Amino acid sequence: MTAAPLDDESLPRDNGELVFEAPWQARALAIAVALTEELGLPWDTFRLRLMDEIANDPQRPYYESWGAALESMVVDLDLTTPAALDAAAPTERAPL
Amino acid sequence: MTAEHHHPAELAPVEARVAAIESVLVEKGIIDPDALDAIVQHFEDNLGPMNGAKVVARAWTDPAYKERLLADGTAAIAELGFEGPQGELMVIVENTPDVHNLVVCTLCSCYPWPTLGLPPKWYKAPAYRSRAVREPRTLLAEMGAVIPADVEIRVWDSSAEARYLVLPMRPDGTADMSEEQLAGIVTRDSMIGVQRL
Repeated sequence: MTAAPLDDESLPRDNGELVFEAPWQARALAIAVALTEELGLPWDTFRLRLMDEIANDPQRPYYESWGAALESMVVDLDLTTPAALDAAAPTERAPL
Repeated sequence: MTAEHHHPAELAPVEARVAAIESVLVEKGIIDPDALDAIVQHFEDNLGPMNGAKVVARAWTDPAYKERLLADGTAAIAELGFEGPQGELMVIVENTPDVHNLVVCTLCSCYPWPTLGLPPKWYKAPAYRSRAVREPRTLLAEMGAVIPADVEIRVWDSSAEARYLVLPMRPDGTADMSEEQLAGIVTRDSMIGVQRL
């Protein structure tokens, strides 16, 4: 893992440390980091979408915007479709 | 696992969506679940437990705070600004020369996120969850914490009703250390009870 994306100011911080309210948020963050690295994309590919999502709905919880940005990125990159995500969505939380 | 005992099983829409994104990307071979695990592990190892360490260091240096912490863990922890989901109903269990405390969640992975961050993988593993209750002394020894035979081991099962945090004993030779320095020697594992400082 490279250090660069984690230094980005778009990552959630509290007193300088990354914080999560639930495991899925960490997972969402890890997917964004892994995907940009795997595809060799600049972190801005994700960050700009996140900024847009936050700007579009400033009151929405941070990680909901994060999830929306992640979905918009994978759909625009033709990695999947909203319908495929509908089909793949679990109905119960896997054992943690 | 029962919904009454632990957090509800139904997913928030965004949580289901993120899980769907992950499964699609993994299925297509675009991302490697192990790489995701490694990233999450990084957060687990490096983030979060410093909050709990600050709570412990305050308790070691401020007797009045320690009293409040043992009386009402949630409120005393909130005094330091640490609160939120999975941080309610905190119960602090104090290690003494005679008692060593160990925390587990036998049914899933209840864990005090505000003070310890996300649980490590082994905390969620069936082996830890069952052996912590069945043979805690053996398990602890395997994990590197040899508890003297004359020390009682108390095992606490975290749940939605109570989330436990171990207050380790302050190590000898730390009398000259500042609160901040003390926080630096408190580990996540010592606050779960699988390590002695």
